[in-house]
Amino acid sequence: MSRTFALPDLGEGLVEAEIRNVLVREGDLVKEDSPLLEVETDKAQVEIPSPFSGRVEKIHVQPGQTVKVGQPLVSFGDAGDAAAPAATAPGASTSAPAAAPVRAVPQAPRTGGGPVAATPATRRLAREIGVEIQSVRGTGPGGRVTDDDVRGASGKPTGERPAAPAAAPVGPAKPLAVVGLEPPPLPKFEQWGPVERQPLSHLRRTIAERMALSASLIPHVTHFDRADITDLNAMVTRSFEAAKQHGIVLTLTSFLLKAAALALKEHPQFNASLDPGAGELVLKHYCHLGIAVATERGLIVPVIRDVDRKPVLDVARELAALAQRVRDGKATLDDLRGGSFTVTNIGALGGTGAIPIINYPEVAILGVARGREEPVVRNGQIVPRTILPLTLTFDHRVADGADGARFAQAIIRRLEAPEALFAEW
Amino acid sequence: MVMGDLVTEVDVAVLGGGPGGYSAAFRCAELGLETVVVEAAKRLGGACLYEGCIPSKAFLHVAAVLGEAERAKEYGIDFGEARISLDPLRKWKAERVVGKLSRGLASVAKAKGVAVIGGRGTFEDSRSIRVGGDEPQVVRFKHAIVATGSVPVQLPGLAVAGDRIMDSTAALEVPDIPERLLVIGGGYIGLELGQVYAALGSRVTLVEMTDGLLPGVDRDLVQPLARRSEKLFAAIHLGSRVAGLREAGGAVEAAIEGQKPETFDRVLVAVGRRAVSESLGLEATRVKLSDRGLVIVDERCRTTDPHIYAVGDVTGEPMLAHRAMRQGKVAAECIAGRPSAFDNMAVPAVVFTDPEIAWCGLMEAQAQQAGRTVKVAKFTWAASGRAATIGRSDGVTKLVVDEASGRVLGVGIAGPGAGELIAEAALAIETAVTAEDLAVTIHAHPTLSEGLMEAAESLLHRSS
Repeated sequence: MSRTFALPDLGEGLVEAEIRNVLVREGDLVKEDSPLLEVETDKAQVEIPSPFSGRVEKIHVQPGQTVKVGQPLVSFGDAGDAAAPAATAPGASTSAPAAAPVRAVPQAPRTGGGPVAATPATRRLAREIGVEIQSVRGTGPGGRVTDDDVRGASGKPTGERPAAPAAAPVGPAKPLAVVGLEPPPLPKFEQWGPVERQPLSHLRRTIAERMALSASLIPHVTHFDRADITDLNAMVTRSFEAAKQHGIVLTLTSFLLKAAALALKEHPQFNASLDPGAGELVLKHYCHLGIAVATERGLIVPVIRDVDRKPVLDVARELAALAQRVRDGKATLDDLRGGSFTVTNIGALGGTGAIPIINYPEVAILGVARGREEPVVRNGQIVPRTILPLTLTFDHRVADGADGARFAQAIIRRLEAPEALFAEW
Repeated sequence: MVMGDLVTEVDVAVLGGGPGGYSAAFRCAELGLETVVVEAAKRLGGACLYEGCIPSKAFLHVAAVLGEAERAKEYGIDFGEARISLDPLRKWKAERVVGKLSRGLASVAKAKGVAVIGGRGTFEDSRSIRVGGDEPQVVRFKHAIVATGSVPVQLPGLAVAGDRIMDSTAALEVPDIPERLLVIGGGYIGLELGQVYAALGSRVTLVEMTDGLLPGVDRDLVQPLARRSEKLFAAIHLGSRVAGLREAGGAVEAAIEGQKPETFDRVLVAVGRRAVSESLGLEATRVKLSDRGLVIVDERCRTTDPHIYAVGDVTGEPMLAHRAMRQGKVAAECIAGRPSAFDNMAVPAVVFTDPEIAWCGLMEAQAQQAGRTVKVAKFTWAASGRAATIGRSDGVTKLVVDEASGRVLGVGIAGPGAGELIAEAALAIETAVTAEDLAVTIHAHPTLSEGLMEAAESLLHRSS
């Protein structure tokens, strides 16, 4: 009695994942819950544990391959010790094993090589709308790919891939116009010299699609300001050792997050998403902050939940652990989703400022460059102060310049009076 | 191009007027492209209409009628000895069959506004074809479609002169009914024409190089044909070659390996066909040929030259008119910017012998080669009511399905009408039907079409 384990529903509208690593070999005996594969989704690299105990009969995937939800990953043979779960084997007690797969796997996806199970008209539709039909999972009898399957598959690569499934149920209000440009064909670069083509990694492709979506859909406006963080810096330095005793690495970023969260409470339109289909603004009564982390594989944005309600020391502790998980590729899906506002700190790499792109479908993103000691004129005196350049990029459909300026000031006010950050929770 | 050349400017120039060429041209015209066909014979139809499919089927019909009359003796009806008059027979073929279809094609071309330029065309470059003959001119095109087809292969090593050695084209003229005919080649052409001549009264000896008739075809399908051929033919030599042919005194002496020298009145050489890709000026374009001389195309029928497409036999196996016709339409649609592709899974093949043999998709042996896990059902017509009523219980229907999904992958049929029956199978494969779909679809009773339903049903019952 063979059982096949397919890529499970990953939630959050995720429909595919890239296999990074296969951790077992055919013939291996594995225990339930021991690691089988490492996969990378749009959001995270995750380890998939085995749902069964048994012998690995066949591995259907290899590293680098992109698999859809429902596509078989690993088939298990009988392991003497593991009783077959009754639910998966309607034909288990009969003497005709050949029958079981037909009945048990009515939606068997294509198993390599063979022709696509689709009518000629469906195949034409796939060519017409640019869908690679070989990669579409068929929902019809015998894994047949229907027109709807093809249309369903076409939505994904072309854009609408919201981070949260806040996907638009069309309301009574007027939908906004759809934005989107076809990229024109590229010139033949070979005429000017040799070139090389590299396929994009799954993560790179996701970033590319998401950034293009955000940049083309959202009218970005960017507000610049500066915060005097001399006192904050001093406080961080003073408290650093004490915090370390408690296992906490105190960083400026934790204070930034906290300051942003508190400012968002005063300016809720920046802690929101615009629903153009419904013509509504979705205000979020939670404050989950994304923090951009540069990894070897590319940009990943893990999320710290309820920053507005957590003491800054807790935020610092969580941030350190989260960043580590992300860099190790061990982040869970929950670590990476549900953000309502994003902070990106490019200070570590220098620069005097950068204009970030909004993490769609959020409304705003705060970027900070490196804080530097500068000569500042105060009461007619030139004094050395540590100045932090801030850039706030926000969606002009949702907020105007004056709103942005006020929101930035609300952040700066807190950074310049750091005691308050400890006081307010 | 030389000054003073007559130049015709078109959207699409089709080189070759066979089924692939005219299908492409008609579709181009339908899609609003100005199209001409360059064809040496200045008529549409090609080998299929004038020296292949159509005339051979006309004669096979005659053979079937003679065969049925012969069989009728079994149930008490004797028509007596058949008297065959060759002149009326040839005239019927030439005028009522070929001529009628030829005129039909010409009128379709006229109605669609497709001009046929008579003359041999050769490419001058990737944008023009020079046409010789009575209407010399240069055709400048935006796109060209190469549809030059194939011709019978000459027997290697047997350079013989004389009209007693015929290829299939000559044999279809039926110059006479030879008393003793040697057929070299046990493929579909040799078998079809061998049966025609046998029915007309020739003593036919057939020599095939491999160890079975119809090499490459499923053995279960070949078996009923082999049995029938053994009755019809004087001798069948398998695993044998003809080492030499010598014309002597109004006859041909043949040295068949392992046999005593034997004398025949005529010899038919039917050892295959080869693509016509030489002397077309393709070297002046960017079209690439395979090492076997076939034009290399992708699934949109595009060659390696961006202005030139190719369809049909010149692109390789299977060299069948209906494949060429579909490719022709694909090429036309791609040129017109439509999302077309030759992605067909089932190209039915039919051998119009008695009994007919037809198959499409993946047969058992190919499925095994491809490493697929399949289930195979065989329905013998001994259990068919309809087969019994026509006295033909020797047929068989074979069904190959994917074990996991139950999807129909291949079908083979041997028996009268197999060529018609295979259409259902092609539809089933092309539209990804499962064995269950076939089993529960009502097939009229009593008909031979029930065989496919029965085969599918036996698979379902086996698995429950």
